[in-house]
Amino acid sequence: MSPVDGAGAGNPNLPVDPAVDEGRVPERASEGIPEIHEVGCPEELRERIELLMSRYPDRHSASIPALWAVQERYGWCTPEGIRQAAAVMRVTPAYLESVASFYDLLHTEAVGSHRIEVCTNISCWMRGGDELLDAFKAAAEGDADLFVTGFECLGACDIAPMASIDQRYFGPLEAAEAGIAIEQLKAGADVLPAKSLATRPLAGDTPGPTGRNVASESTYRPIDRGEG
Amino acid sequence: MAHGLETRVLLEHAEDPGLRTLDGYKGYGGYATLEKAYREMEQDEVLKELEDSGLRGRGGAGFSMGKKASFLPRGEMAKYLCCNADESEPGAFKDRELMQRNPHQLIEGIAIAALAADAGHAFIFIRGEYDLQADILDAAVAEAYEAGYLGENILGTHRDLELVVHRGAGAYICGEETALLDALEGKRGNPRLKPPFPAVQGLYGGPTLINNVETLSNVPRIVANGAEWFKGFGTEQSPGTKVVSISGGVRRPGNYEVELGVPTRELIYGLAGGPEPGHEVKAFYPGGSSSPVLTAEEGMDLPYSFEAMAEAGSMLGSGSIIVADDRVSIPHMALRTARFYHHESCGKCTPCREGTNWTVKMLERVVRGEATPMDLDIISSVQENIMGHCLCVLGDSMAMPVSAMVRKFRPEFEQVIAGAAETLDPHLVVQGPPETLGASI
Repeated sequence: MSPVDGAGAGNPNLPVDPAVDEGRVPERASEGIPEIHEVGCPEELRERIELLMSRYPDRHSASIPALWAVQERYGWCTPEGIRQAAAVMRVTPAYLESVASFYDLLHTEAVGSHRIEVCTNISCWMRGGDELLDAFKAAAEGDADLFVTGFECLGACDIAPMASIDQRYFGPLEAAEAGIAIEQLKAGADVLPAKSLATRPLAGDTPGPTGRNVASESTYRPIDRGEG
Repeated sequence: MAHGLETRVLLEHAEDPGLRTLDGYKGYGGYATLEKAYREMEQDEVLKELEDSGLRGRGGAGFSMGKKASFLPRGEMAKYLCCNADESEPGAFKDRELMQRNPHQLIEGIAIAALAADAGHAFIFIRGEYDLQADILDAAVAEAYEAGYLGENILGTHRDLELVVHRGAGAYICGEETALLDALEGKRGNPRLKPPFPAVQGLYGGPTLINNVETLSNVPRIVANGAEWFKGFGTEQSPGTKVVSISGGVRRPGNYEVELGVPTRELIYGLAGGPEPGHEVKAFYPGGSSSPVLTAEEGMDLPYSFEAMAEAGSMLGSGSIIVADDRVSIPHMALRTARFYHHESCGKCTPCREGTNWTVKMLERVVRGEATPMDLDIISSVQENIMGHCLCVLGDSMAMPVSAMVRKFRPEFEQVIAGAAETLDPHLVVQGPPETLGASI
């Protein structure tokens, strides 16, 4: 099959360079949907993807969740993993590959088992996000298990500068805390428990910057509409 | 305890960690509205209440929620409801707070809105980075199914609703409603041509109502207390309360729920504590990174409402204030902003794909002192050529703030170009392109 099939392949006036076909002719009859028995899909992964597909009116909707499942199992979206998911979902691997490559959190190349994303967007940048990223990179230097990257806004500008460590948010972080976090991560300990977003109170419930309730300094009062 | 400037409605009881469980939520009267709506109310009654309340979408566009729901055609076809929880705009983090602290309020709102839209299938599209919040939602949805508030034959009323929490995988563009639909259908998140609007032809080709987390979280209380009650908060054109995310150069960044119409100065100084002592507000984004920047003189004394911000030439957007104090270099802030949109552009429309790319390159020349003042005019003209020329507003979202910054702070840009970069705080100076995923060219 030539790549120009269907695009005027029968036209003798179209120059076809045979070199174009070199290495691009699929080995098998089609680069279509792989069969489930060809891909060696682990039972567990197959069941998980089938469950995911059952949650949607259209099975294609499960493509991102299925790729998450592949990534969870293999550490990243490996070509084999994508083929396995494609076989279960009855779509082409190329289709899943195209989806995986669109999204920042799905990795189509090998990454470390611990993922650290440091926000470098506006609010974090103003408060030292770049320095924090440098500190994490320095602390993770040479460790293939750790994947450190700068990231666009993670939606936690209130704890800027912040980082997402294995999908959990921590901040506001000092540059020096990067090393501590990585030590704790390697030791399997709780990472920076005092800086976890999960346990942070609402901003309005924390003491004001001066230690007083800042509202007492304000002259504005909402319209009094009585009680009730 | 919340202080005088805050009016906690959506964040009421949010300080109680037990609120995220079904029992905790029901302890404060939760799900009573769902029971009332499903047992006693017709679709039109719910719709009318939402329309009368004047509730405006909290995701950025500020369109009337009730009107949007009323656009859905009636009939036997499958209809869908999508909750947009793909909050990814720099400066915005209110939905994260609402989902983390009160997931059942959102679920109840979705169930009632589904009644208004006659939708049988609902989805919460949450950004993949919000893993903790998605876990909390998963647990809450499971509880709601268990209690019979979701699923088949809800409360024995012969009404059905399936609710799925769908995690994205990191793409700002998926917050755009048609890109969200593509992502939810399992494709790359590219925006679609409108019309047809999602209300007519959305998910799987069916009529689809798409609303933001905060909008839907407002629904239970509006239906419980009535439109008049809701209109008692805020201004005439911007009724209700708003969870405002304040970040950047302030001493106490965070989410604060206030009535719309509160003076902006009170938000920035009264609630968020203002900039560090000895510093002043220089400029701020009133509605996330896509809103045109206002200088302190322009914006500090305006009421914080949809209409006042629009009148000032900016927008309330998602209600996210990013404060730049007097230490921040505006050209560098413009570059950060442009880089974000360049990275997040899906590449479908040429003006956005190329416009964001060239804006970043030109702004990099500006901060390196390699540009000429004429380049500023070219930057402005590129922004003009992006606006209104794409399928979605991602390109406009860069063009609006960048052109506002060039226009309002032109002397500062010229000063930077003139080689005055050494007078800036050195850690603000970008040495080279930052390493962000996929940003390399």
